[in-house]
Amino acid sequence: MAVRAKSINPVVIFGGSAALLFVALLTVGPLIALWMRADVSTRLSGSNWSAIRFTVFQATLSAIISISLAIPVARALARRQFRGRALLLTLLGAPFLLPVIVAVFGLLAVWGRSGFVSQLLIASGGERISIYGLTGVLLAHVFFNLPLVARLILQGWGQIPAEHFRLAAQLGMRPADVFRRLEWPMLRGILPGAFLLVFLLCTTSFAVALALGGGPKATTIELAIYQALRFEFDLGKAALLGLVQFSICAIVAFWSLRAAVNANFGGGLSGAVKHWDASSQVLLWQDRLVLLGVSAFLGAPLVAILIRGVPSLGNLPVTVWPAAVNSVLIALSSAALSVFLALSLAAMIDLLKSRDSRLSSTVEGFGMLTLAASPFVLGTGLFIVIHPVADPFALALPITALVNAAISLPLTLRALLPALQRQRLVYGKLADSLGMSSWVRFRVAIWPEIRRPLGFSTGLAAALSMGDLGVITLFAPPNVETLPLVMYRLMGAYRIEDAASVGLVLVSLTLTMFWIFDRGGRLGHQS
Amino acid sequence: MDISLNKFLVAQKGFSLAADWTISDGITAIIGPSGGGKSTLLLAIAGFVEVSSGELLFDDRNMTDSAPEDRPVTLLFQENNLFPHLTVFQNTALGVRADLKLSKADTERVTETLESVGLANMNDRHPSELSGGQRQRVALARAVLRDRPVLMLDEPFAALGPALRHEMLDLVARIQQQQSSTVLLVTHNPDDAMRIAERTVLVADGVAAESMPTANLLDNPPATLIEYLGNKKGPE
Repeated sequence: MAVRAKSINPVVIFGGSAALLFVALLTVGPLIALWMRADVSTRLSGSNWSAIRFTVFQATLSAIISISLAIPVARALARRQFRGRALLLTLLGAPFLLPVIVAVFGLLAVWGRSGFVSQLLIASGGERISIYGLTGVLLAHVFFNLPLVARLILQGWGQIPAEHFRLAAQLGMRPADVFRRLEWPMLRGILPGAFLLVFLLCTTSFAVALALGGGPKATTIELAIYQALRFEFDLGKAALLGLVQFSICAIVAFWSLRAAVNANFGGGLSGAVKHWDASSQVLLWQDRLVLLGVSAFLGAPLVAILIRGVPSLGNLPVTVWPAAVNSVLIALSSAALSVFLALSLAAMIDLLKSRDSRLSSTVEGFGMLTLAASPFVLGTGLFIVIHPVADPFALALPITALVNAAISLPLTLRALLPALQRQRLVYGKLADSLGMSSWVRFRVAIWPEIRRPLGFSTGLAAALSMGDLGVITLFAPPNVETLPLVMYRLMGAYRIEDAASVGLVLVSLTLTMFWIFDRGGRLGHQS
Repeated sequence: MDISLNKFLVAQKGFSLAADWTISDGITAIIGPSGGGKSTLLLAIAGFVEVSSGELLFDDRNMTDSAPEDRPVTLLFQENNLFPHLTVFQNTALGVRADLKLSKADTERVTETLESVGLANMNDRHPSELSGGQRQRVALARAVLRDRPVLMLDEPFAALGPALRHEMLDLVARIQQQQSSTVLLVTHNPDDAMRIAERTVLVADGVAAESMPTANLLDNPPATLIEYLGNKKGPE
């Protein structure tokens, strides 16, 4: 019997192409604008070079510190079963959803000049510490990335077969042997990708640099772009710096895609496996200390926000409500756009896979392109594009939503594509053989498979957009605000209690939004 | 070596396994429905699963709470017996020294043992380059080098075809004779038991029964075993 060629669904191809074109315009467009506008004749100044050096230096250091601390944390979690383990795993997921400015506030409340640690030091006859500059940037980056890397490595530990630990115990391997024969080979597979991922996130984390960096010694490239655009209004220089930033990120992103780290933000972290080599009391106490340490490091800033914010929740500044509406609107529209783009692209990638796998990979690569373009670079490019035709400041909110959608696209695409492909693998032949119509097929086979990742990635995209303090700072006129911006401005004005209460509102809205979507995807879902 | 389980009980969530018997040198098969606790029995004897109550004795030494490495036991799993990034030689040599610091005599011994299980000139290969049967041969070579009085195998040849499986079973029988060890072999195939095991333990419904001569057990199977095996003979 001849196999009937599957008909190409025109809707999928049309939708996918439109999405592709849109993403291309949104990423390549601003880059071309930067390229054309970049003032190559003016060489980079000394301070520009020091910004470039600082960016690379702090990102490298952040990645090294995050990874070195994440390894013992992941190991302790991998080999100890204790009450509260699930809670600690949740805590490890929290920083990723936490708006940057809120985390910075929490870190300052603990480590800042009038923070908890400083007060403790003064009480014991020491001096205040100040974390502005490199220390603060590193602290914040480790706060965000240590948990991320710990979760990545924990998955690696989970992939070592239980038999291998039993074998090691039976053969009488010492902890050093177990590390060398079992754990190091696993780490060697995971760490390069983790390093590049953290490096990338730390070169593009504008809000951290804005809040904790600055000055001649601690200015990142993105901060320099911000200054060039908003204070000097030197578009040529901003464009040039944007290209530098993009080049650095593109190189790192290219590497990291090749290192192909499976960044599963969704969790699915298995239970602890008994490691017999770790049964000594010394190692038990070592793990306890590590876990206590990381819980305090991650938990203290969160508690600090609560302590500072709750008392003044009663008299929130009036600017909060319009800003909250703006934030929610931006978050919802950017999440919707991101997921829509991801679905269109994923459907096309999936369809192309069986016909032309290279074309399919190219489309997938395009979807990941925004991983390399920092929101800030895209924002700068868009600013330059829009500037001659319209007032960019009047378009602050739509542009923020647009850029945020582009930025979360790699995450949503990575969440949705595997589900769609699994669906084809599992049900494709069956559905074809039953002659299912597209609609029936969607309802019976596709929807049940994608609703969970769909809910999760919508929630994730909304949460990330909600906490954005990047593009909005470039575009926002004084009278238009989002919640993170309100909070940042309050902190700048030393209205700490007000900032804390706004932070609480921001966190609550962010987590609620994530929870609703994530939960919605799971409702009525078996296992 | 005798293995004695005295009022032995492993209890976990919704699962328990009881045993109260002794087995001696020679090959004993362990048979029974899946999920019945065959693997758990081996894991508990090897020290990987906690015993809830009762005692585990090797000859007359009580080792109920001993660490896995102190027990006179080698356990072979169904898979993942080899470390993927170590060579055949290294994986085998772990049976001599866990830190792989070998003397010249050790090195020769490892190579000879590999030859004796039919793996000549494979020293530098990695597990991924071996067939399933070859991988289990490496694990058996390591077990030979460890030279523990008890060898336990948890369905080690389940994934192999009949001819190869018979070959491997005969290799196990040979190793047992050379080392006059006590061998426990978990299998779901009664033919395996008939081929090399004088006695067989039936594990079903949370109880590991006292061992019986294999032929007797299979000729007059109790109800639980009939249910598992199906009525092979058909109506007469």
